[in-house]
Amino acid sequence: MTLIPLLAMVRKDLQLFFSDRRSVIVSFVVPIAIASFFGSIFSGGAGGNSEPARIAVAIIDHDGTAISKAIVADAQTDKNLKVSMPEENDAREDVRAGRTTVAIVIPSGFGDAAGQALFGGGEKPSLSLFYDPSHSIELAMVRGVMTEHVMTAVSREMFGGAQGRRLIDQTVPQVQSSTMADDQKKLLLEMLASVQKFYDREPGGVRASAAPRGITMPYTVHEEAMTSGSNVAYNGYAHSFAGMAIQFLLFAMANIGVEMLLERQRGLWVRLRSAPVSKVTLLFGKAISGTVISLLILLVSFAFAMVVFKVRIQGSVTGFIGISIACAVMASTFGLLIAALGNSPATARGVTTLAVLMMVMLGGAWVPTFVFPAWLQQFTLLVPVRWAVDGLDAMTWRGIGITGALMPVAVLAGFAAMFWTIAATRFRWDEG
Amino acid sequence: MLTITHLHKTFGPTVAVDDVSFGVEKGQLVGLLGPNGAGKTTTVSMIAGLLTPDHGDVLIGGARLSGDTDPKKRKIGIVPQDLALYDELSARRNLKFFGALYGLSGDALEAAIASTLQLVGLADRIDDLVKAYSGGMKRRLNLAAGLLHDPDILLLDEPTVGVDPQSRNAIFENLELLKSRGKALLYTTHYMEEVERLADRIVVVDHGKVIADDTLDGLQSRVAVVGGGKATLESVFLTLTGRSLRD
Repeated sequence: MTLIPLLAMVRKDLQLFFSDRRSVIVSFVVPIAIASFFGSIFSGGAGGNSEPARIAVAIIDHDGTAISKAIVADAQTDKNLKVSMPEENDAREDVRAGRTTVAIVIPSGFGDAAGQALFGGGEKPSLSLFYDPSHSIELAMVRGVMTEHVMTAVSREMFGGAQGRRLIDQTVPQVQSSTMADDQKKLLLEMLASVQKFYDREPGGVRASAAPRGITMPYTVHEEAMTSGSNVAYNGYAHSFAGMAIQFLLFAMANIGVEMLLERQRGLWVRLRSAPVSKVTLLFGKAISGTVISLLILLVSFAFAMVVFKVRIQGSVTGFIGISIACAVMASTFGLLIAALGNSPATARGVTTLAVLMMVMLGGAWVPTFVFPAWLQQFTLLVPVRWAVDGLDAMTWRGIGITGALMPVAVLAGFAAMFWTIAATRFRWDEG
Repeated sequence: MLTITHLHKTFGPTVAVDDVSFGVEKGQLVGLLGPNGAGKTTTVSMIAGLLTPDHGDVLIGGARLSGDTDPKKRKIGIVPQDLALYDELSARRNLKFFGALYGLSGDALEAAIASTLQLVGLADRIDDLVKAYSGGMKRRLNLAAGLLHDPDILLLDEPTVGVDPQSRNAIFENLELLKSRGKALLYTTHYMEEVERLADRIVVVDHGKVIADDTLDGLQSRVAVVGGGKATLESVFLTLTGRSLRD
């Protein structure tokens, strides 16, 4: 393999690539623009862990008791919820139109029934939730949040409020006349008597200085984002730039594969092959130029992310470079694979678009792979993009050292070897 | 300079070239004629090293041509029927690339580019993008790309398709100059008048076989003409290959 023809192949392909302004814009500017957009969505701002968007919730209080008012008040102070209080019909319409995620209807008599049901003395009341079916994840979150607020409000009132005192008084005869086992009945009545004594300790009920607290969560949660260090915030731009850069370098390389087919169609390969240059040299030249272009796309994208969005390589710089090179080689040989398997430029273009989009979606470039079913998450291990994205994530915001780069580099190199082998054996040198 | 002996090539059950032999000497232009599908392109492809013959040899200066990287391929230049050029690059960059494929570099490459573009009359458009060229200019650049490494043998596959009379004439003058410099030219075309003007010898192939290898006068003498005049090459060709359509 002589060097002059090889370098000439590389230089010519780079000249061709950079002479096509649209191709350059698509390969360099578009991924930066899209990655910036997605990064802003997923991280909310450069370098910060911003609060998630609040869930729009409508509460319709038909009860109007101390308990239901407390539920509404607690919900209004919840940082996860954005509470409005429209009429029921308006709330239903808002949910149907997608303006509100969940509408919660507190029916008349809810407070009393819930208070009595707390000690098993009455039928459990029903809280109605009308929800937007396209927001099932938010529905689950609202259900959990409201459980806490209802439990807090009901128990607080039952152990300290006027409504609770009245309900305890009503509950005692109900328990006495119930069919509950005698030993259980005795214990429950003793507990209720203790509560009544608690009310009677001061003429005004519970001491005004001690605000009733009700049943609260018996634990607190300490949340810490597991990034490269305790003081390092998650930067969503790191992931979005990895995903978008890989997507567009795959598109660029697939386009080079299609260009190879066009060159064959236009008879250029006749001239190339009539020169005393081996087929391997010709393909290798293509692979090198593709690798250089891919690497440029990746590095320019990350350079932009580093300068503008403060993305940092918190792990191993060597590992980052290694993964970038492996990723570029994989993408370049993917372009050769397209050229080898494509019968014509037109069919290759169609197949390419589908193949690249499938690879990037399954690889987690658009949405994280954890949202996939378990079997699909396992399947994505067969997708090179998954290894590229995971590897770049590991070297950037996860802050994993060089060991975290070894497996992605090995797997990407394996894919590259497979693509190269297929391309070298299957590429049809003659048109027709 | 170029000798091919008993070339044979099949594609599946189809025999494309069947025992074809002929030669081209220095300073000679041989016209290779034949109907569509006669085996011309397959023959030229084997001479250029694009296809490996099943049997037979291609001899360059008496030495057998073998393999993609055979240095003897440097002695061969090809001018394909297709405009095998990169439209998005300038003439200079195209020629730099094609020259480098033959190992040319530096001053030698620059000198070769300058002289070939001078020959084909494109020296003043050296830095223009090829896509800005007319059809005739592209044809001349296509010729220049085949000549760049100064080959002893030039294979021309319908090099004048779609060009205006001026460009065609310019190409003819280039070829006559090359012939006078001792180059061996193998010229494939469907235009009989081109062969009548340029060829020292004419090889006619049909169904993969050589059916005539003679001078123009020799071929013309094979066909009797009413009134005693000379037959045209076209009438000779039709007499040899028949009038049935081949496409």
